Amino acid sequence: MNTNSNGYTVIYATVMVIIVALMLALVSSALKDTQTANVELDKKKQILASLNIDLEGKDAATIYDEYIVEEMVVNNEAEILDTTKFCAFKIDFLKELAKAEAERKLPIYVAKIDGKTKYIMSMKGTGLWGPIWGYVALNEDKNSIFGSYFSHASETPGLGAEIAYKPFQRTLIDKKILGADLTFKSISVLKPDNKPNSEYEIDGISGGTITSKAVEKMIFNCLGQYKAFYDIKVEGGAK
Amino acid sequence: MSKLISEKTKEVFLGPLSKNNPITVQVLGICSALAVTSKLEPALVMGISVTIIVAFSNVIISLLRNTIPNRIRIIVQLVVVAALVTVVSEILKAYAYDVSVQLSVYIGLIITNCILMGRLEAFAMGNKPWESFVDGLGNGFGYAWILVAVAFVRELLGSGSLLGFKVIPQSVYDAGYMNNGLMMMPPMALIIVACIIWIHRARNKDLQEK
Repeated sequence: MNTNSNGYTVIYATVMVIIVALMLALVSSALKDTQTANVELDKKKQILASLNIDLEGKDAATIYDEYIVEEMVVNNEAEILDTTKFCAFKIDFLKELAKAEAERKLPIYVAKIDGKTKYIMSMKGTGLWGPIWGYVALNEDKNSIFGSYFSHASETPGLGAEIAYKPFQRTLIDKKILGADLTFKSISVLKPDNKPNSEYEIDGISGGTITSKAVEKMIFNCLGQYKAFYDIKVEGGAK
Repeated sequence: MSKLISEKTKEVFLGPLSKNNPITVQVLGICSALAVTSKLEPALVMGISVTIIVAFSNVIISLLRNTIPNRIRIIVQLVVVAALVTVVSEILKAYAYDVSVQLSVYIGLIITNCILMGRLEAFAMGNKPWESFVDGLGNGFGYAWILVAVAFVRELLGSGSLLGFKVIPQSVYDAGYMNNGLMMMPPMALIIVACIIWIHRARNKDLQEK
């Protein structure tokens, strides 16, 4: 048989591609459930990381059930839409961000640590090379920051990628997101050389200015959506 | 039985482990060797993944070698490799999620690993499936043991641990010992590979240029 004829080549390529496509589709659908479970577990780990919990050698799912006592979904008027278990967890935050602001369903995770309530807000944004995301945990005054977690898909190692490490994330602790008049003010990430000297500023990453600014924008955009929620009075709260 | 472990097959398997090592002698597949060796675990997984992929793609190409149209043979090789790499990457995502996050793009980049295309073109296209399988295993292990050796040194001196377990006792740190941060940087992988090449060539005089 002439394996170099045009007809043979075309048929060979077609058949090969169909077989490979079938095989990959089969593998993908067979492993889908396990993969989804892994992604969910990873998300739980990330949420817990914003509470400064050391997960080393522990089962994240159990710890999650232990600390996250309530989940709620609110709109930008802070009206509670849902409080069933995993209602916040199931929300695809990226899809919500694509909607008009009034239609967004915003997830809030409520955690209890040593009897104190913490509110965890979700964040998603764009870094220098790809998406960045994270979680910020607020104290019960809904103003000061208890902890934070950031991660990224492809920021530059040693520069922008530093946002994924504790030294950067710790600088947010005890900073405030509401101004003196208790309206939303957000956090500024300063360029290197400008020393942060107020509770609304943190130090940026040298050589990672674009990523640092992207974090600032992400905090402003995402935490800003919960504006109305910060105004709701809480016991011992700001207002 | 003589067919299974004939002299030629033995040479095909043992050659890439030492005298014809893909990394230290042919200097192929260096990029991933530098990128995934700061810790032992990803290096092991990467080594195993490459071994499996190179062995099985060798077998598949060897089985198809008489049917592959000459003009699209590189494309056929790429499709086979890409399909296998995708399967391995899906399996890692399902059963070793943390490692797959660590290895991130490098699993996908196995497709472009020069060792694979090299073995397919140079060996599998002209040899029987069994020899091709052994050749793939040999080259895979040749690649893997260098990765593991480099990762062993880098994790031990860079983090004071092996496979994530602390092996350097706290008392040593208290006495003033510090982890070497440079070990975690990519240049150190290059320097360690160079040291291995140096030792290797010093022991095998026939590898040295006249």
